[in-house]
Amino acid sequence: MATRTQVKNRADHKWGMVIDLDRCTGCQACVIACQSENNIPLNDQSAFLDGRAIEWIRVERYWEGDYPDIKARFLPVLCQHCDNAPCESVCPVYATYHNSEGLNVQVYNRCVGTRFCGNNCPYHARLFNYWEPVWPEDLRNQLNPDVTVRTRGIMEKCTFCIQRIRRSTRGGKQVEDQAFNPACVQACPTDAMTFGNLNNPDSRVSQKWEDERAYRVLEALGTNPSVKYLKQVDAHA
Amino acid sequence: MYYRRTLTDAQINRELLDVVLRTPMWWVVIVSILGLIVAGAASAFGFMMNQGLGVTGLQQPIFWGFFITNFIFWVGISHAGVMISAILRLSQAEWRRPMVRAAETMTVFALMTSLLQPLIHAGRPWRIFYWVFPYDWARGIWPDVRSPLVWDPTAIITYLTSSSLFVYTALIPDLAIIRDRSTGWRRTVYGILALGWHGNPRQWKLQGIAGILLSALILPVFVSVHSIVSWDFGVSLVPSWHVTVFAPYFVIGAVHSGVSAVVTLMILMRKLYRLENFIWEEHIDAVARLLIVVATAWLFFFWLDLVFALWLKEEQEMTVWHLRLFEPPWSWLFLVFIVCSYIIPVPLWMFRRVRRSFTWMLWTSLMVNVGMFLERLIIIVPALMRKGPWVFTYDTYRPSAVEVTLIVGSIALVAFLLMLFSKFFPLIPVWEEKEGQKLIDEVRVGDRVVPALVKEH
Repeated sequence: MATRTQVKNRADHKWGMVIDLDRCTGCQACVIACQSENNIPLNDQSAFLDGRAIEWIRVERYWEGDYPDIKARFLPVLCQHCDNAPCESVCPVYATYHNSEGLNVQVYNRCVGTRFCGNNCPYHARLFNYWEPVWPEDLRNQLNPDVTVRTRGIMEKCTFCIQRIRRSTRGGKQVEDQAFNPACVQACPTDAMTFGNLNNPDSRVSQKWEDERAYRVLEALGTNPSVKYLKQVDAHA
Repeated sequence: MYYRRTLTDAQINRELLDVVLRTPMWWVVIVSILGLIVAGAASAFGFMMNQGLGVTGLQQPIFWGFFITNFIFWVGISHAGVMISAILRLSQAEWRRPMVRAAETMTVFALMTSLLQPLIHAGRPWRIFYWVFPYDWARGIWPDVRSPLVWDPTAIITYLTSSSLFVYTALIPDLAIIRDRSTGWRRTVYGILALGWHGNPRQWKLQGIAGILLSALILPVFVSVHSIVSWDFGVSLVPSWHVTVFAPYFVIGAVHSGVSAVVTLMILMRKLYRLENFIWEEHIDAVARLLIVVATAWLFFFWLDLVFALWLKEEQEMTVWHLRLFEPPWSWLFLVFIVCSYIIPVPLWMFRRVRRSFTWMLWTSLMVNVGMFLERLIIIVPALMRKGPWVFTYDTYRPSAVEVTLIVGSIALVAFLLMLFSKFFPLIPVWEEKEGQKLIDEVRVGDRVVPALVKEH
């Protein structure tokens, strides 16, 4: 196989993300960046009212404390790229599987739309295309040519911007840390999100991975996500 | 008690083959109406395929709704077939005779309808057969055998194959009777189907062995089919689906709804096809007694399911049960479900007069199936609505007109297929009835003469 060396190099990568919740302001820049990078149709009011808005990353908001001593807390949720992903084993057609870079990948062409993966994802990270996606005429030319426009009837979710990963590591190239970032990380104004190779101990993401504030959401389920969150436990909250 | 009704062979032939040998007007009317409903549902499906699944009431966390509910419902109905024909045949329950074929045929059609549901429900149904069934050697892409969605068609197709064989084996002697009474091309077709049946002792022996063998072989399928269907839920991570009790709970629930459906079917058949001489109060009485046991066993498993949740007090699971039990509209549906599937019918069945009344039994058995449909809905949808701590929708699932049309269409489809079947084959096995007549005898117990069955003289 011609791609053997490439495959070997791929195993050098284990992509992961750390999100510092103490820095997150809930500004939704990541949501918008993801939307335009990944050819996600516009979520208008009716999409939200129907409960069918497609957001590969969304910002969950919580209130902590009681008025007047009340604080807004934010939690950006995206596909956690679990190493032990519940969505993968229930797909009858291998439309979702784990690749050698630790990514939970979705093969749109294989998906038949049983939606079992969506049921089995405890993070609500998987979304279904109920309608054929449409864009206003003047937005047609802003579609990203590197990203497939998904048809109706299939599941989709965050890919860690796999098109950017592919472009940077093409031909088995070793990439420097922070040479590229997914759209959400790039757009974050407070630098709350860090993305990189967890197999490289010197990478920024590996450093933060060991932070004492780090935790993983719904850890008790044993899904072993590739996303960690940093949060200082507020004793007075 | 059983009172003896002596029917001559000629009378059995005449009454049971009536619809097969001539076409009554009411049959044409009912079949046309059912056909129209099925055609309506087919166009609703076409509309849904054309527009996308957006026309359903499904939304973000509620990925499974009416179609999957209906899938479980029809697989459940299909369990009547094995229960009635295999188990009652093996246990030599004499009262099974008039209902074996109707139950088995309903099984086959219910299974076909249930197989349609996941296809309808999928986002791209036109791809399913291409991806899942004909294994594509060239691309080296195989179905993922870890997925319950591969187990489940496998189990259902096994069941469909074995019950089709079952129906056919039992049909052969009757096909020969129809062959001998028809002319022209019909005679040729029935002749081919009858596989050269002449009714000699060797043929009868082989047919009997085949029936017993198939009954025995179908028993594991009986346990496995709904167990596997329940694993669609059991192996998932969704709170309150992730329960080990689901397999027996689903199997016994399936028998409950399936046998009730047989009661409904028998009473409707008796009325429509004028089978008063074959379906008696005693038959319905016997099924109702069986139903009391089955329903109570089902209630026990339902109770276990609830108790496990209460005992564990796992937060997410408690949230789901709270939604099911206390938050409208689910609390109302829950009430309707438990009242319909147990609280009204079972105490009523304790009365002999109810068990022997066709009207009462018709309504109570229909009620059970309304309740059992709701049971599956209540298992599926509320669990998805509260499946994780992130509930970003507080809306509820409202089935759309398209979904309701397709549910009605599935009921009409099963009825339509059964009506078509009844035109070409007798719904009550002619040979079984004749065999039953031969075995009926009377014995004297003290000063009373009671009906009895004598297998050996």
